[in-house]
Amino acid sequence: MDIQLTINDIALKVPEGTTILEAARTVNIDIPTLCYLKLNEMHYNNNIASCRVCVVEIEGRRNLASSCSTPVSSGMVVRTDSLRAIQARRAMVELLLSDHPKSCLTCAKNQDCDLQSLASELGVRHISYEGDESEFEIDMSSSSIVRDPNKCIRCRRCETMCNEVQTVGVYSAVGRGFETVVKTAFDLPLSKTACTFCGQCIAVCPTGALTELDQVDKVWKALNDPNQFVVVQTAPAVRVALGEGFGLEPGTIVTGKMVAALRRLGFDRVFDTDFAADLTIMEEATELVHRIQHGGRLPLLTSCCPAWVKFFEHQFPDLLDIPSTCKSPHEMLGVLIKSYYARTLGIDPKTITVVSVMPCVAKKYEAARPELSQGAETADVDIVITTRELARMIREASIHFDHLKDEEFDHPLGESTGASVIFGTTGGVLEAALRTAYEVLTGETLEKVEFEVLRGMNGLKEAVVPIAGRDYRAAVVHGLGNARTILEKIQAGESDYDVIEIMACPGGCIGGGGQPYHHGNLEILSARAEGLYREDRSKPLRKSHENPAIIGLYKDYLGEPYGERAHKLLHTSYVARKKI
Amino acid sequence: MCEAGTPNQFAQKLDNYIDSLTHKKENLIAVLHYAQEIYGYLPDNVQWHIAQKLDIPSATVYGVVSFYSFFTMIPRGEHVVNVCTGTACFVRGAEKLKEELENQLKIKAGETTPDNLFTLETLRCVGACGLAPVMIVDGKVHGRMQKPQDINEVLAKYRPEG
Ligand code: SF4
Ligand code: SF4
Ligand code: SF4
Ligand code: FES
Ligand code: FES
Repeated sequence: MDIQLTINDIALKVPEGTTILEAARTVNIDIPTLCYLKLNEMHYNNNIASCRVCVVEIEGRRNLASSCSTPVSSGMVVRTDSLRAIQARRAMVELLLSDHPKSCLTCAKNQDCDLQSLASELGVRHISYEGDESEFEIDMSSSSIVRDPNKCIRCRRCETMCNEVQTVGVYSAVGRGFETVVKTAFDLPLSKTACTFCGQCIAVCPTGALTELDQVDKVWKALNDPNQFVVVQTAPAVRVALGEGFGLEPGTIVTGKMVAALRRLGFDRVFDTDFAADLTIMEEATELVHRIQHGGRLPLLTSCCPAWVKFFEHQFPDLLDIPSTCKSPHEMLGVLIKSYYARTLGIDPKTITVVSVMPCVAKKYEAARPELSQGAETADVDIVITTRELARMIREASIHFDHLKDEEFDHPLGESTGASVIFGTTGGVLEAALRTAYEVLTGETLEKVEFEVLRGMNGLKEAVVPIAGRDYRAAVVHGLGNARTILEKIQAGESDYDVIEIMACPGGCIGGGGQPYHHGNLEILSARAEGLYREDRSKPLRKSHENPAIIGLYKDYLGEPYGERAHKLLHTSYVARKKI
Repeated sequence: MCEAGTPNQFAQKLDNYIDSLTHKKENLIAVLHYAQEIYGYLPDNVQWHIAQKLDIPSATVYGVVSFYSFFTMIPRGEHVVNVCTGTACFVRGAEKLKEELENQLKIKAGETTPDNLFTLETLRCVGACGLAPVMIVDGKVHGRMQKPQDINEVLAKYRPEG
């Protein structure tokens, strides 16, 4: 049933159950919000109505109402623009600011913070209340995430993300009433929890309370060290999001400008993680065939997402034998740079610094994993920075990004196919794997390389692909809650899949925790995915096994895919962890 | 308030109780109550254990424990001393009584003495307003607690001889 009401004298009709906030948006009235956040595609709804920044006046009611939580009713007369409502909203923000640190100028979220924008939009010019600033310890215990509870406004967006979408449950509101704070279990540092470092809580935190561990200065230091040969690599999803840091449309492909900018920053070589994505396909497809032929355990689960890896280590330690043993692509490239490429150049791997530019904060933690190194001194990857951090470095160096002329990646570890580019979005790894598996197993050419059923934002996507007389059952899930559902099925013996692609971030890496902030607009994610599919279409080669540099690498150095040297360098092992 | 037994016996009892429940997750509050009865309080490791047994995040358990005032994460002493902070007692100097107790026990309200003998807490009107200000030790009301030495005498009764 439709409900009639007026908002600021505009008459409108909306379905029953609509909130005032949603109703107002249909007639282009944007009521400011802070705690409220709804992301339909992720089934995410943070609706705790705690901040009261969205209050409006309703005729006949004494108190102002929070528009995000109040449903419309018939004949309601709402004013969002009355003096009282405007003043109340401003007062709410002032109140929040009264006990908030006044360190905007030096905050990691400066100019990207929802609280800051609200203060500006609502015209807060002074703070009439004096509150005690709380003094919580800043949690820098992990290599991925910095948590500064002093900047927390208790909106609980992170808690909803971690509990409901990711089902990891790291945070909880602790205490009651005004004293409620958002904490980890027993106030443990993040490094001691089951946090996967997916960074999705960072992606929705409206303030600087959750941010990535900043490694920019470490990169500058390496770049200025005359004794270090500094090599950079960039993940697929970075090239369709980096432009946003310079005001370009989401999904704009800036591969060439990004490469040019990296050379200006002083990197000695600019390589492409896409090369290693092609390599991953070779290894993973061979591993799958090997398992099928030798009666190994199925399904094979992809392992390129470190947050997903940490998730199963904590939550499903009894299933450690089913994920692929492949290292994630940037780790593969890291180890190759320090072995194969170092040999080509004739330099000591210890003098090489590998920097990965990733859409991801979990990769920061991953790079520090002891398994991913050749001895204590040579980590496969030395430093990981996010898309956001790279954008900042480029600005720090006063490079005029949009005026840069396109440049190409260095050879040979910069060569890639269309199959590897789509690794950056959900469904891409599996699509790339199927392209190669089909041709390798049948010896025929695959005419239609697109697997449309594996694309898009659906939480679970499935396909049955007949290859050489066998039906391959494949599935794609993204978001750790969806991963949990499918793993529980596997545990219960109810799954008959052969291979499953799993990414921790909803949407895959295009929606990674290190990407430019989406501020609640998920169309940005779709635009980035579209960008990657465009890049795929524009490539002359679109199947991983056709990459000439990959063929050369196996011939000159690695030997057989999934062979002995490949095992030593490109594969890893997992650890059972406690569920905390 | 807490039972006698070894930590292993406690853990076994708690596990037996949880195992006897058909609906586990749904009974978090009941399990926490039961655990608090056994242990006298809810230390981190007990909360963690319950989280594992019930298959819920330990942060959620911690959140619930911190939300309800009847749960405590601090070990209780042998004797619980409560100061009434109801209106009548307040008017007649409950605040001073509390401060005096804090002085004599050398702890703050909400804490337990290092020898585990006393826990000091506050509560609302206990219906003995005629005797205000009152303190309650292990459920027994002591009225007109104004003079430091009266307070001292009451506490002395609960201290071991010698
Ligand atoms: S990084 Fe991911 S797993 Fe860790 S607290 Fe944030 S949302 Fe939860
Ligand atoms: S950490 Fe950020 S998202 Fe979480 S409650 Fe605080 S302000 Fe909100
Ligand atoms: S989906 Fe991608 S961005 Fe997200 S945690 Fe995994 S690897 Fe990182
Ligand atoms: S946005 Fe409505 S109460 Fe916070
Ligand atoms: S106010 Fe203390 S007993 Fe009633």
